[in-house]
Amino acid sequence: MKEITEKIDFRENARTASPAIVAATQKSTRTALQKRAEVVTEFGEERWQRLRRAGHDLRLHTMIHLDRYLSQLEEKVIAAGGQVHWATDAEEAKKIVLDLASRHDVRNVVKVKSMVTEEIDLNHALEERGIRVYETDLGEFIVQLAGQRPSHITAPALHMTKEEIAALFREKLQVDARPIPAELTELARQRLRREFLNADMGISGGNFLVAETGTLILVTNEGNGRMCTSLPPVHVAVVGIEKVIPDWESAAVMLRLLARSVSGSKITAYNTFITGVREGGPKEFHLVLLDNGRSRILADKVAREALLCIRCGVCMNTCPVYNQVGGYAYGAVYPGPIGSMLTPLLMGTRIAGGLPFASTLCGACAELCPVMIPIPEILLHLRRRFVEGDEFEAPSLTWAWKSVAKAVRFVLGSPSLYRLGSRLTRTFQAPLRRGDWLPSLPPPLNRWTLARPFPAFKGDFRGWWKDRKREEKSKGGKFNE
Amino acid sequence: MEKVQLFVTCMGENLLPDVLQKMVGLLERMGVQCEFPEAQTCCGQPFFNSGFQAEGREMALRWMKAFADTEGYIVAPSGSCVEFVKHRYPAMFPGGSEEHQRAVQIAARVFEFSQFLVHILKITDVGASFPHRVACHSPCHLTRGLGVRTEQQQLLRAVRGLDLIPFNESETCCGFGGIFSVVYPEVSKAMVYEKVRHIVASGAEAVVVSEPGCLVNIRGGLRKMHSDVRAMHLIEILTERGAA
Repeated sequence: MKEITEKIDFRENARTASPAIVAATQKSTRTALQKRAEVVTEFGEERWQRLRRAGHDLRLHTMIHLDRYLSQLEEKVIAAGGQVHWATDAEEAKKIVLDLASRHDVRNVVKVKSMVTEEIDLNHALEERGIRVYETDLGEFIVQLAGQRPSHITAPALHMTKEEIAALFREKLQVDARPIPAELTELARQRLRREFLNADMGISGGNFLVAETGTLILVTNEGNGRMCTSLPPVHVAVVGIEKVIPDWESAAVMLRLLARSVSGSKITAYNTFITGVREGGPKEFHLVLLDNGRSRILADKVAREALLCIRCGVCMNTCPVYNQVGGYAYGAVYPGPIGSMLTPLLMGTRIAGGLPFASTLCGACAELCPVMIPIPEILLHLRRRFVEGDEFEAPSLTWAWKSVAKAVRFVLGSPSLYRLGSRLTRTFQAPLRRGDWLPSLPPPLNRWTLARPFPAFKGDFRGWWKDRKREEKSKGGKFNE
Repeated sequence: MEKVQLFVTCMGENLLPDVLQKMVGLLERMGVQCEFPEAQTCCGQPFFNSGFQAEGREMALRWMKAFADTEGYIVAPSGSCVEFVKHRYPAMFPGGSEEHQRAVQIAARVFEFSQFLVHILKITDVGASFPHRVACHSPCHLTRGLGVRTEQQQLLRAVRGLDLIPFNESETCCGFGGIFSVVYPEVSKAMVYEKVRHIVASGAEAVVVSEPGCLVNIRGGLRKMHSDVRAMHLIEILTERGAA
């Protein structure tokens, strides 16, 4: 991902998140979830659960046999006249695309919305070579004009209002734009038509790769994907190796899950299936298969399920944390719960170790995830990696915090120290106590009281229990007399 | 007569002893004999969920030891602690190990309070009376974790005079999240304030929050926002005998 070498400070990012972004985020996620709930109800809850299970199982099966499906895919793509390139990391992938661009003397590129090209920061690399890159998905187009990055994986400009977009169009496109969605879309369409016809190369990602036929599946809602992959003479698809699925039966399952989860539609408006080179289409089709850390994740039996992700965005839509901070707080390309897993998995917990803690483990994401990724489970796994280290990484937590935990464990682990601790808190709270409450606590517990008071330590359940037993005994004794 | 070992939980014992006392009273009234294994401390969840899995496992072993020689059900006023023992303990130890076997056995005995009432005692009407408008928050680990989704409502509907009213986002997390609330206090704050706004907007006089962590969080949030809505544990409502 984009040269992130410093620790991602989620707390600071969250603290400085713009309230306007948060409000816009909440509004759009709510609508998306509502629409999703409607189509799922229509589909039938039980049937939906079976479909999710099928999606999970077939994705996991593919990950376990990824080598087999990838070589089948490669064979089929080549047989259909396409070319396959393997990229170990972002640098290699960028080099492959740049070489292709210089070989074809490319000046203008049109792009289909793609998270993986964000992950390798491809636009930047192309622009450095003097190549003009046009994002053609409306949301991406807006975000690109604004010089920003997507704040959501399926709705990149979800954080902007129509008024802001109109102002942006007036400034950057020098047109008379009113804050009316249909008119704004028309302005973007006019502008982009020129670029579609001018482009020397179309670049896309891919939603799925069907191994049995070597087919790239692209789903878009605006038809821009079809334009980008049919008008320019060269089409380059950069796709993560985990996007492969075995066959068309699998595709039928996955497309149903994806459309309903992303946009609450039964089917996405445009489903484009590209198998190698075909008549009337681009003269060359290049598939760049990107690893960039994925095969390392594959070796991790708990975390590998994060690779099942089909980038629908429902985990962030439903995440109560994401909805309070917006996508930028996650400091990397993939926001929300999926980002809290993928970012530390791809970049290491030394940089992104704070993200798995940016969750209350409420489980809302796992409940809706169309491929049933056990998200809280993977977050716990990564918290452990950060704290204790495991076979993949050394721990990143400082020694001081570890000693604190050990000390607390020592106290809580001993019934007598535990009881003593309970008694001491009741004594020492006296100067801070105001009635039933402790309005402020010393650091680091002031982190709690900055939001709400802490209840006073009242407890002497054990004392109560003892008195009661004693009373019972003496009563019992009297009774016997 | 059913026998119950009280699993009082750290937060229950130190912050909500009144809830525990009422739980004992209520269970005894239902003909249950309560016992209290005094060697119990923390179940290990705060460690495990913060990434300190080794400490979590040690605590789990101690906890199991405290309950090992007891008999009957183990009941707690918390879905979160129960879920931890029920689901996490068996997963913590390698299958086939002696610890794993112990964890599986103990997991089968552990129940959250409302779960125990509805499914084991098969009681939904405890004869309580609470003539007020009441909203009910759905704690995440109780509902999504343990699958206890309707039990609280069943018990509340049987309370005389109680008007159970819906509120927006009742299933959304309140922002407690254990360590989360101190690692990311600003986000936690935004979440609990939003929860409180929804509760207040519902027009409820009281809100049921049957999870010690969430209860402490929401109760504090209500106080901070100067609301007079009372946050109560389900047990507190079920022991109310106000005239209907």
